[in-house]
Amino acid sequence: MAGPLPWLRARMDDGWLETRTARTLTFDVPGWPGHDPGQHVDVRLTAEDGYTAQRTYSLASAPEEGRLVLTVQAVTEGEVSPHLVAQMRAGDECEVRGPVGGWFRWTAGTPGPVLLVAGGSGIVPLMSMVREKARTGDPAPFHLVYSVRTPDHVVYTNELFALSRTTPGLVVDRLYSRGGLPDDTRAPGRLRAADLPGPDATDVPPVVYVCGPTGFVESATEHLLDLGHRPSAIRTERFGPT
Amino acid sequence: MAVVTRGFHGRRREPDPRIPPGQYLETDFPVLAIGPTPRVSTDDWTLTVTDVDGSRSTLDWRGLRALPAEDVETDLHCVTTWSKLDTRWRGVPVGAVLGDAGAGAHHVLAHSADGYTTNLPLADLVDGRAWVAFEYDGRPLEPWHGGPVRLLVPHLYLWKSAKWLTGLELLREDSPGFWERLGYHSYGDPWREQRYVGD
Repeated sequence: MAGPLPWLRARMDDGWLETRTARTLTFDVPGWPGHDPGQHVDVRLTAEDGYTAQRTYSLASAPEEGRLVLTVQAVTEGEVSPHLVAQMRAGDECEVRGPVGGWFRWTAGTPGPVLLVAGGSGIVPLMSMVREKARTGDPAPFHLVYSVRTPDHVVYTNELFALSRTTPGLVVDRLYSRGGLPDDTRAPGRLRAADLPGPDATDVPPVVYVCGPTGFVESATEHLLDLGHRPSAIRTERFGPT
Repeated sequence: MAVVTRGFHGRRREPDPRIPPGQYLETDFPVLAIGPTPRVSTDDWTLTVTDVDGSRSTLDWRGLRALPAEDVETDLHCVTTWSKLDTRWRGVPVGAVLGDAGAGAHHVLAHSADGYTTNLPLADLVDGRAWVAFEYDGRPLEPWHGGPVRLLVPHLYLWKSAKWLTGLELLREDSPGFWERLGYHSYGDPWREQRYVGD
């Protein structure tokens, strides 16, 4: 029988704000085995007097041994996320345990097209998949539909733009729910069925990954089912309350 | 040697003995599920109990509501580290749903409308420790929380409380369910932090 997953020492290497409230942090983690895109990791912070707090975060990076990248959205009234977003500096340490989660994941070499539907910071595990496709040159068609409140809320703006230009088979659609850009042809508004491709848009129906706040995932999956996607082809990750 | 995170203090509350190790107090009610919320109505909902000899009995909504129900006030513990205290439910004790079935059974595989499964020892489902629940906080159970009918096993991590419950399969031998095949603990006791295989 395998022993428990060990807690590993993680040293923050670099960090930058993606939006006013979301920050990417890179960590060196000796012994980290890598992960499958879509998986998450438990993060534990310990105060000087031994008080601890732990939370689960999606991994943002493509898999890599000994290193991982998180993008954390600061949660109002939160305990761990405000520290990661506003306090943690390069050289600071914490502990991580994982990777965990075996369902909401995509690995290079998996046959068939992929539809990714992200709401807000739900982009993070889907970005890990996009980065892995780009890194490995996997030929699977990828279509990312990414809904955010306004252009200011887009995480990974420049990288997504660059990847969409340089990665064969990758299509990126950005949608704004509250307010968009002057030349947008789509009026701002919540995700609609017309924003999503149906199961016939690809040679074979895609595997669909939906990640975002609970309300977003509920409505996105309703649209997907109405369009004819099969429930068993739709994998979800929800966060936050109803 | 503990790894101390420089400058971390935390948002501390009075320690609450009802919150297991590694958990934090959540006042909202987060939703976790592997796929779309299944469209299940009380008109088409059924629960099939499969005994160890393969014999089956099926309960529909009227049948469930004809069984004696109880009000349950309990705490919930999710493996993603949130705990919610003093939640109020109404449901039928699993023992009453199983009836005479289960002779020679030691384990149960619970089945959901979306294909989800989870395994539990039979002993953890009887003697007033688990319910087939249909109300939350005085109202019909919402679809995203597993309605119309879910399993409620509050003394184990919440992935054991299968939503959209459609089947209880009685087994002589343990058989891992959905998450239990994907690295999560077979039993899932929050007080022993049995989150993943090997914990």
